[in-house]
Amino acid sequence: MEANNRWFIAVTVLMALLLAVMPLPQNWLWFRPAFTALLVIFWVSRMPQSLGVGFAWVVGLLEDLVTGATLGTHALALAVLAYFSLLTYRRTRAFNPAQQLLWVFVLVGINQVAGNWVHSLAGKPVPGLTFLWPAVTSALLWPWMAPWLELTAGRLQVR
Amino acid sequence: MLGLVAAALIVIGLYTDWLQPLRERAADLAAPFYWITGAPERVGDWAGEQLRTREELLEENSRLKRQILLLEQRSQLLAAVKAENTQLKELMNSAESVDERVLVAQVIGVSPDPLQHVLMIDKGRDDGVQQGTPIMDASGLLGQVIEAGDSVSRVLLITDASHALPVQVLRNSVRAVAEGTGDLYRLKLRHLANTSDIREGDLLLSSGLGGRFPAGYPVGEVISVKRDPGRAFAEVEVLPRGRMNRSRFVLAVISEGEPSGGGE
Repeated sequence: MEANNRWFIAVTVLMALLLAVMPLPQNWLWFRPAFTALLVIFWVSRMPQSLGVGFAWVVGLLEDLVTGATLGTHALALAVLAYFSLLTYRRTRAFNPAQQLLWVFVLVGINQVAGNWVHSLAGKPVPGLTFLWPAVTSALLWPWMAPWLELTAGRLQVR
Repeated sequence: MLGLVAAALIVIGLYTDWLQPLRERAADLAAPFYWITGAPERVGDWAGEQLRTREELLEENSRLKRQILLLEQRSQLLAAVKAENTQLKELMNSAESVDERVLVAQVIGVSPDPLQHVLMIDKGRDDGVQQGTPIMDASGLLGQVIEAGDSVSRVLLITDASHALPVQVLRNSVRAVAEGTGDLYRLKLRHLANTSDIREGDLLLSSGLGGRFPAGYPVGEVISVKRDPGRAFAEVEVLPRGRMNRSRFVLAVISEGEPSGGGE
């Protein structure tokens, strides 16, 4: 059995969780990119054979525990997200950067919508479409984050 | 399948409190994350402290000394008033007032979810904090503990959209329920009749009804009253006294003796 450097996945998940609770000014909170969602899209499209809905579900549950959200919120959202990524990873690999950006927007948007359902279920007022802002910032972050992750994962030969 | 499990968790979490023990463990587990992400801010604070000039420190020192003098004088007055109050209460055979212990806690994190007004503080069960412990700062009530871990706890602010607390007007003891709005600078009074005597500038205190919060702590100030004859209730907006997003240190009010019943 040779090293597959899977620890790198755990490190990126930890970093995403840290970024997810990083303190921001109150007005900026709406624009925080969904780091865990980006990470799930990346890892699931890179290693669809071994990482899938279950991986996303665990990451989501961890995020719920860390952020103190209703348990299951992120687990559900990320599982749905992972499912869609699994369905489409063959096509997205062939997308050009602009298409990828748009697709990430759609995927993270789905993630946000799922999270928003839970918020409405909890009776929290959701002002308009503001809950979609993280999808915009996440999509803008993607072209910077994905190549860096790809490069590092390639160098470490994460399999 | 996993989606179903998640959905089940959500429903259980929202409508029952079966997951409460798990959530309290989670508070402990999450603490390091908040501690690490709070580090830059702490370094900044520390640098700010270290880089102050001698003059600034001297000035602050003398200012604080003056303040202590004033406060001590006031607390001496209070001691006399308190003794008198106990005596009068004894004369009236009313229930003994509960002694309260105040614990200083540091805010170590803020909920990343803008819809959730939740703070994380560095005191937990080990220090006597428990679910329902009221939290305040120097100027007013902030909120209550919703999840107490061993060494940290999560505090729901009174401005959270899911929070409500019983209050009364200092001027004339009109009772009302102050509800959070999801806005850090607004509370709303629910179901207050159009004819009730309330006006701008009235100070609201916690009324102690419901048994969760102790009576007599400042909650907020009425900033606008709208009376529409077409509606049954007045629309009253309140500016909370506690500094919701600016307090670094908060006070946990721990009542000694038997807990006074955690009514919802």
